[in-house]
Amino acid sequence: MLSRTASNLFWIGRYMERAETGARLLNVGARNALIPNTGGGYRNEWESILAAGGHANAFAEKYGEPNQRNIESFMFFDMDNPASIASCMEAARENGRIVRTALTSQVWDALNSGFQEIREMRRTERSKMSISDLIDWTHSQAALVRGAIDGTQLRADGFDFLHLGYALERADSTARLLDVKYYVLLPQIDYVGSGFDNYQWETVLRANSAHRAFHWAYGGEVTPAKIADFLILNRKSPRSLITSAENAMHHLDRLSRAYGRGTEARTRVRSIVGELAETTIEDIFDEGLHEFLTRVIGEVSILSGLIHAAYLSGEMR
Amino acid sequence: MFCSAFMSNYFNEMFSGKTVRPPYQGLDSWSADMPQELRSLKQSEAEALFRRIGITFAVYGDGGDPDRLIPFDMFPRVFSAGEWHKLELGVKQRARALNAFLADVYYRGEIIRAGRIPADLVYRNEAFERAVMDIKPARGVYSHIVGVDLVRTGPDEFFVLEDNCRTPSGVSYMLENREIMMRMFPQLFRENRIAPVEHYPKMLRRTLASVAPERCDRAPCVVILTPGHFNSAYYEHSFLADMMGVELVEASDLFVEGDFVWMRTTEGPQRVDVIYRRIDDAYLDPLCFRPDSMLGVPGLMNVYRSGGVTIASAPGAGVADDKAIYTFVPEMIRFYLGEEPILNNVPTWQCAKNDDCKHVLENLGDLVVKEVHGSGGYGMLVGPKSTKEQIAAFADKIRENPGNYIAQPTLALSTCPTFVDEGIAPRHVDLRPYCLVGESIELVPGGLTRVALTEGSLVVNSSQGGGVKDTWVMA
Amino acid sequence: MRLNVDHSTVYHFEPPMRGAVQSLRMTPSKFKGQQVIDWGIAVEGAERGAAFRDGAGDWVETATLLGPVAQITVHVTGTVDTVDLGGVLQGHRERMPPAAYLRPSRATKADRALRELAESAVADISEDDPLARAHALTVAIRSAIDYTPGATNHSTTAAEALSLGHGVCQDHSHALIAAALSLNIPARYVTGYLFASEEEGLHEASHAWAELHISGLGWVGFDASNGVCPDDRYIRLGSGGDALEASPIRGVSQGAGVERLDVRVSVDQVQQ
Repeated sequence: MLSRTASNLFWIGRYMERAETGARLLNVGARNALIPNTGGGYRNEWESILAAGGHANAFAEKYGEPNQRNIESFMFFDMDNPASIASCMEAARENGRIVRTALTSQVWDALNSGFQEIREMRRTERSKMSISDLIDWTHSQAALVRGAIDGTQLRADGFDFLHLGYALERADSTARLLDVKYYVLLPQIDYVGSGFDNYQWETVLRANSAHRAFHWAYGGEVTPAKIADFLILNRKSPRSLITSAENAMHHLDRLSRAYGRGTEARTRVRSIVGELAETTIEDIFDEGLHEFLTRVIGEVSILSGLIHAAYLSGEMR
Repeated sequence: MFCSAFMSNYFNEMFSGKTVRPPYQGLDSWSADMPQELRSLKQSEAEALFRRIGITFAVYGDGGDPDRLIPFDMFPRVFSAGEWHKLELGVKQRARALNAFLADVYYRGEIIRAGRIPADLVYRNEAFERAVMDIKPARGVYSHIVGVDLVRTGPDEFFVLEDNCRTPSGVSYMLENREIMMRMFPQLFRENRIAPVEHYPKMLRRTLASVAPERCDRAPCVVILTPGHFNSAYYEHSFLADMMGVELVEASDLFVEGDFVWMRTTEGPQRVDVIYRRIDDAYLDPLCFRPDSMLGVPGLMNVYRSGGVTIASAPGAGVADDKAIYTFVPEMIRFYLGEEPILNNVPTWQCAKNDDCKHVLENLGDLVVKEVHGSGGYGMLVGPKSTKEQIAAFADKIRENPGNYIAQPTLALSTCPTFVDEGIAPRHVDLRPYCLVGESIELVPGGLTRVALTEGSLVVNSSQGGGVKDTWVMA
Repeated sequence: MRLNVDHSTVYHFEPPMRGAVQSLRMTPSKFKGQQVIDWGIAVEGAERGAAFRDGAGDWVETATLLGPVAQITVHVTGTVDTVDLGGVLQGHRERMPPAAYLRPSRATKADRALRELAESAVADISEDDPLARAHALTVAIRSAIDYTPGATNHSTTAAEALSLGHGVCQDHSHALIAAALSLNIPARYVTGYLFASEEEGLHEASHAWAELHISGLGWVGFDASNGVCPDDRYIRLGSGGDALEASPIRGVSQGAGVERLDVRVSVDQVQQ
């Protein structure tokens, strides 16, 4: 397969996952805005949501004060924001158009219809679209693409590159979402039992669409350690770091077998998975949650670079 | 149902007076019996199919919607087996002569020495490439895909409007138009014996593989080189690559090392033997042509010239399809093949010649004037369809730079029934068959029929409101 | 005359490039005026290949380097025996018809001033004496453009050089070609080496001149910078329509590095 084709497929995965992350963030923000805070107003999570995406500055420059309407524009429609849902869907579709022949018609239809619909939406009056409709639409669109990939794509190397994109993006976004709120998970004596931030913890779970799954998996009292465990070390959680890393390992293994050649990327992902498998949540808090997450984000970025060097750049000999 | 223009003196391919000409007999009741609602339904079904497939066409310099559909007319254009046989012989003859001409002008130039074509016309031509002088491409083939633009003016009168020796486009429409017609009207294909065209991609692949460099000692690796996904013909490039089962590459996917060209793949470098390029000579290689080209592969021309890779069409092939050279194609057929041309040229006046230019300026109102290097129907004057002011303004342009223009009589292009808002009406059509030249010379029975959808219009270019039709050859 | 050439071209890249490809036209032409005793082109660390003789008779080869490339050194050394043929390119095998050199390039397109210069230079000379017309053009160009290093750059056109009134051998050659083309005389750009002993005041060891096609004689060299026809002090490498096409080294490197160039050339006479 052409390296460039592999790269386009990889980026379809990354952009689709990124669009979904955007929708989850919007969901948290919208929900929080409905819940009163102790000071008589409403809770405002918008700033931390912008921070999670890493574009608080870009937003401030263009819109100034964060309010719901502006943030919706910025995070859903704004083509100047490369991480907006519209930007991501369009980028995924464009990557798909370039490698149209490497995709099944079902995958192409799913990518293309999303793109066409978003164009329609941009022409629709905003008051006619509720934020929850936009969020639901994004989730179902993302599910459609993923379902088409899993249901129809040939299990060849292209399939692996699509999934590598998904896995790396998911690991990165889970780590970043956790990191933005890492301080609320710190087991500080002051807060424990104060009731102050049970609510914040819920936010972290919700941002990862994990609040219901969490309760099924753990039950009982919500504690920071349980949340961190669920999002980092629990193999049952579809978005945990270890699940993402194991997915990446699975597809790198398949590529190595298919091409009959090991790569540094594969060695690296194995050591990441190995480390996560051995780690306990106590180890992580000992190291420092923030320090640990920073390290993971760095690891994901290194892994991405190694995958690029081995397969996507075409420089490999 | 038919409007009055049907009775005009243009050759109508379907009707001769009140009788239906034989090749169209199977279509008479089909079109007459189709209720308006079914027709609209089928038309929107066709459009939806085109859009689903992603067949779209971007008009050069038009801005607008890059995903615009080229209009598809469901009424097929039909040739009898006998008519096609003559066309096929004529097109193949032309393809052979054009290739012989190219092999000659990049070697000894016998036709010039013999005084049959003026040296200046060849050697001063912008499309003549010094860089490939004395370089012999595999099997001596320069133009591997020759698109010959034809028009018809009577039962037996066909004229060649121009030759396309570089990278004639549009073949994906030929294939998709057929695909869609077969899907929508299967009974038509059961009732009529229509020669298939679907083997074109396989034929093209076989043709390209047959011109791999002599030193290629394995199954040749063929690729299609596209300028990229922003190009208006990208759809066609990716469609062809898919149907042929070859990689679609951009320049950055290729590199030169040692004696060969390589492709960057996830399994390491893979050697490339034949490049079907869809980019112009000037952009192929910054080390040989335009040094600022970002679309090219540095060193590609050196590999080509040393026999390490085949480029199709060969760089420099454009000198054969220049509008000024066109006049001499019948001469080439006589000179190289010792045959008389089967297909006629349109009489052409070269404004570069004083006498011709005078004639052209005096008769602008009756002529079609084109730029020598123009394409796509731009920069041309259709005398009978122009106002006095337009004609006067064009006359000034000709006087300013006569060498840039040629003129031809306005041809009475044949018409073919076409679905229009009011029902069915005759519209003018042309034809582009695609001739493949490699180990053998082949032609699929069909081509791209373009139709001028505006009543009375003779301009069939898709960039100017033209549409396409499925083209049938009866088996 | 036996001449020794030692010519090194070093490209430095900071930061290093991802890769580089070069097309080298650096092997002496085969004709009666020169015979190669010994010749070598070395490109450090490069993969060589894709070599061929082009339609104009030049030997061309290709060098590719894989990154990171911090430096490319092209080192040419050799010995050539030369004889003085009065500039005539005798016994040179090539396929290219002279008429293929009538179309000007961007660099050799004559403007009005160049056309007028050409016309007035040959005004009093009969068309039956093409050699005298060519000499007259050479003299006219030499007096219209002063030899001045640094006044022009590699992309200066013939017309620009004439209006500046200053230039180097590239500008002289382009201007002479443009003037010749305007009179419908086939003309081309030639690169090579020049043995310049100091007292003669000749310019540039790495040199360029023009060839005009004279009916009856064939291609004849004219060096407008020095006002002479190439003799046994000249070594001819290759030709093209202009400096870009004839260039001894044409290269492209991939990456964001800034290029710095060091060139050293020496051409010496070997005592026999």
